[in-house]
Amino acid sequence: MSNNITITIDDKEIQTKEGETLLNAARANDIFIPAICYLTRCSPTLACRICLVEADGKQVYACNAKSKDGMNITTTTENIAKERRAIMEVYDVNHPLQCGVCDQSGECELQNYTLEMGVDIQHYSVKDVDRSSHDWGHLHYDPGLCIVCERCSTVCKDMIGDNSLKTIPRGADALEAEFKETMPKDAYAMWNKLNKSVIGLTNGTDVLDCTSCGECAAVCPVGALVDTQFMYKSNAWELKQIPATCGHCSAGCQISYDVKHTNIANTDKKIYRVMNEWNYVSLCGAGRYGFDYENRVESKDEVAFNKALEAFKKADTIKFTSTITNEEAYILQSLKEKLGVKLVNKEAKAFQTFLKDYGEISGTSLYGSDLKEVIATNFIVSVGSALKSDNPNARYALNNSMTVNKGAGLYFHPVGDPIIEGLAKSIMTLKHAPLQEEVVLYLILDLFGDKEKLPSDITEYLASFHSTKTVTVTETIKEKVTEIVKEMKLNDETGQEEEVEVEKTKMVPKKVSKEIEVDDNKLLEILGADDKFMEKLEKNLKKKESFALMVGADLYTHPNSKNLARLVALIEKYSAFEITMIPQLTNSLGVALICDLDDEVGSYSVGYNTKGDFTLSALGDGDLDMPAMNQQEGTLTSINKRVNPTNAALPYNGYELNDIANALGLKAENTIDYTYNLPIEKGFKSERFDDLPNHYENDGTEVRGYLLENISISVSGDESVEKFSDEKLEGSIVYLANPVRQFTPFTHKTTNLDEVGGVYMSEEFLSKSELNEGDRVKIKTKDGELVTTIVSDNKITGDIAILPTFDSKINSEAVISSYRFATASIERV
Amino acid sequence: MKDEQFNNRNVSNEYFLVDIEDYPTEPWDKFKRVVKRTFRLELFVGLWVVMREFFKFEIHTVSYPEEKMPIGPRYRAIHEMKRLWESDTERCIGCGLCEKICVANCIRIETKRDENSRKEVSEYSINLGRCIYCGFCAEVCPELAITHGGRYENASEQREHFTMYEDMLTPLDTMKVGNQLEFEGFGAITPHEDERVKKTPLAY
Repeated sequence: MSNNITITIDDKEIQTKEGETLLNAARANDIFIPAICYLTRCSPTLACRICLVEADGKQVYACNAKSKDGMNITTTTENIAKERRAIMEVYDVNHPLQCGVCDQSGECELQNYTLEMGVDIQHYSVKDVDRSSHDWGHLHYDPGLCIVCERCSTVCKDMIGDNSLKTIPRGADALEAEFKETMPKDAYAMWNKLNKSVIGLTNGTDVLDCTSCGECAAVCPVGALVDTQFMYKSNAWELKQIPATCGHCSAGCQISYDVKHTNIANTDKKIYRVMNEWNYVSLCGAGRYGFDYENRVESKDEVAFNKALEAFKKADTIKFTSTITNEEAYILQSLKEKLGVKLVNKEAKAFQTFLKDYGEISGTSLYGSDLKEVIATNFIVSVGSALKSDNPNARYALNNSMTVNKGAGLYFHPVGDPIIEGLAKSIMTLKHAPLQEEVVLYLILDLFGDKEKLPSDITEYLASFHSTKTVTVTETIKEKVTEIVKEMKLNDETGQEEEVEVEKTKMVPKKVSKEIEVDDNKLLEILGADDKFMEKLEKNLKKKESFALMVGADLYTHPNSKNLARLVALIEKYSAFEITMIPQLTNSLGVALICDLDDEVGSYSVGYNTKGDFTLSALGDGDLDMPAMNQQEGTLTSINKRVNPTNAALPYNGYELNDIANALGLKAENTIDYTYNLPIEKGFKSERFDDLPNHYENDGTEVRGYLLENISISVSGDESVEKFSDEKLEGSIVYLANPVRQFTPFTHKTTNLDEVGGVYMSEEFLSKSELNEGDRVKIKTKDGELVTTIVSDNKITGDIAILPTFDSKINSEAVISSYRFATASIERV
Repeated sequence: MKDEQFNNRNVSNEYFLVDIEDYPTEPWDKFKRVVKRTFRLELFVGLWVVMREFFKFEIHTVSYPEEKMPIGPRYRAIHEMKRLWESDTERCIGCGLCEKICVANCIRIETKRDENSRKEVSEYSINLGRCIYCGFCAEVCPELAITHGGRYENASEQREHFTMYEDMLTPLDTMKVGNQLEFEGFGAITPHEDERVKKTPLAY
């Protein structure tokens, strides 16, 4: 796969890798081959057939054909030009001439290619059928405009993993027979298929029930699938695109805010939609629809500002969340050094400690892998993370590897997740009890670790769980049985029926009990895996050569997090697994690297985006307003260890943290002046903000900001780990996680993300308990109690209830202090 | 080339050289001119001409604003929004091409989704203070919805002066009696357009 080869496209010699598709090779070298249905990271659909090229004298589809050394490719021949023109004419058959009212107009691939192929006259026709539009909630589907390129269903299956869309029968008349003879071959074949299908929902209803990422609408080349919230709001060409980095989770997706004046009377900028480079990055619903969380401030509130200064002088603690930029984190750290205050950020502190503990064995300041590498592997394990809501991009990586890379996945989590289970056939899920994450890591070491190299005490410890046991297996074998059967037969001579004995042999399936010795792994039993687990795992592990482990916040907050961190490092060291850690919030990684965090809150605290004695807030509910993430420039550190720049999409007229810092004796004209000062010893680079790029190259290379350097740290060589504790949580349990599309109060503030706050319970749990949706319940744990409403959630299964953090009306922190799981009593009030 | 022909200013009998005195140079001469001009009461000569014509009632100009000159169909004054003859509904589909093409950047359009899931124009304004009446909006309009009309009186106390959608739209009563005027200027359909169009085959 990695062999460099030379191929020739249109007399231009280009270097590429063996097995790379011709289309991608051409695109990487700026050679244009038209293609409609192809999506870079997904499997080729072969629906449009327009990427037809001639390779070594044979017509092939560029999206599908792999390059071989010395290949000679011609992108356009006379015949191919005829095919392409015919294909575009076919696409225009019965396509309504309503570009004036179509949202895609101006960025429509059908418009573009129709012009590119010079279609000025139509030769084909077919009787149309009723194709009236559907309202699918946050999406609007107009089959009349649909060209059935299947990009939506492809991205949903290969990238997102919801499998919500598929092609359904159109019910149209067959094409006239004469076209088969008169039309170019591929165009006819494409039309024949097109005329038989439209897009529909896999659940068979007219109600979309998915994780609402909107990626299908983003990839739609025409105006068939559009976001309901954007429908008929603005023409594409009126919008100005502001390149940015999504500020909702740690994935740090590249997005662009599309802004325009608010309305005729108001010239203030407003964000109309969020766009992404869908060939290279996929967004979740929060990134795509949660954009209007800005904090509109009319003017500088001097009184509040002076109060803030006083508060800062008086305070001994600054409390903050990780939804801030690296520069702001740097300002806070500088303030700590200058004023001698404590910096408290519980969630970042947990992550920081975990990284430090991990580094003691791994010898690196950061985990070794990232989501890009995860996609490229073909066996992925996820531990300690509610993947679909903690970091949707991690879930996409898992799904993409399984569907496109023939990979397999193993998902360990106490909360049952139908979305994860539905990703692909090769996903295995194991519901273990909370607090058993240690056992899971030991199991991974046991299954995949190199026993010869592992420290001997660990090997012995692992071996102590193994025993051979004799099990009785019933096998079905086929046995040859000879039996004598009496048959009635007609005697030819007498003409009478008489009984004759006939000897017959036949194969008869027979159940045989056999006693065999098998290896019995007690770890599996402890985790509650079923008997088939090993069998299925062995099947899934066939032909897998690269492995990835994603770990999440359940481990960072675990009471034995130190031991877990060391185990993770051991797995990285003694197995083929590469580690990716999922930072809990947008910039948890950046904060963990930049700030020197403390544990305890002092007597008087200033809170930044969190409640303090004096509160600075970008949510607009504090004592002094701050700009929200879409109103400020700065950099964010993503899960991919990349420092991504983001720009201000909307104006902000109030004070920002830098103004306070300047008044307190720091000196910088703009917040982004600090980009240059970010600590080099932690892996940052001395780069000026204005020099940081933010785009993707034609071949998919990510040219955004810069990658953090993974600094090596000296290790003591002590690789001892503690044995796992037998503790586990049982009974009624609550878990701290958000529904998909919600991360923080910022996502809650947006108008399009309408998830209701409350305690989430699975339909299964609600049906067997006395509780009903909408009931007010009191949740009581050892830390405290709260009262909230039950919300039924069909995206989880099992008995564990979920408490969200995005709704500031629900003070989940009062109930769950550190570890994300807690036993709780839930009573109706 | 000789310059005699240029020197000979006595071209024809119809032309004559105006006898203009040389400008006085001496202070005394200048003083004399001032006195002469002051006391010859030339002002009243002019006034007399006006009064004479006033009483003769021989008026050769258009008496604006009572009377107005007829405006040609291609004249480009304040915009009009037309309605469909068939249904009296607005022709404008909200495509926004006029907003895009406007060189003076004076058109703004706002659209929304109406209750029938169709695109609807919710707000439309033209800043007449900025408009240069170039006619591009009328030319680009695919529906012949925005056109220029003949109303050219758009003086305003302010430089910014907006006209809104409702003001430009043909009133329904005008529509009812069939008095909407079709625009024959930029962007109107050329005669015999049908003969030039390449027909799309239909499978019905």
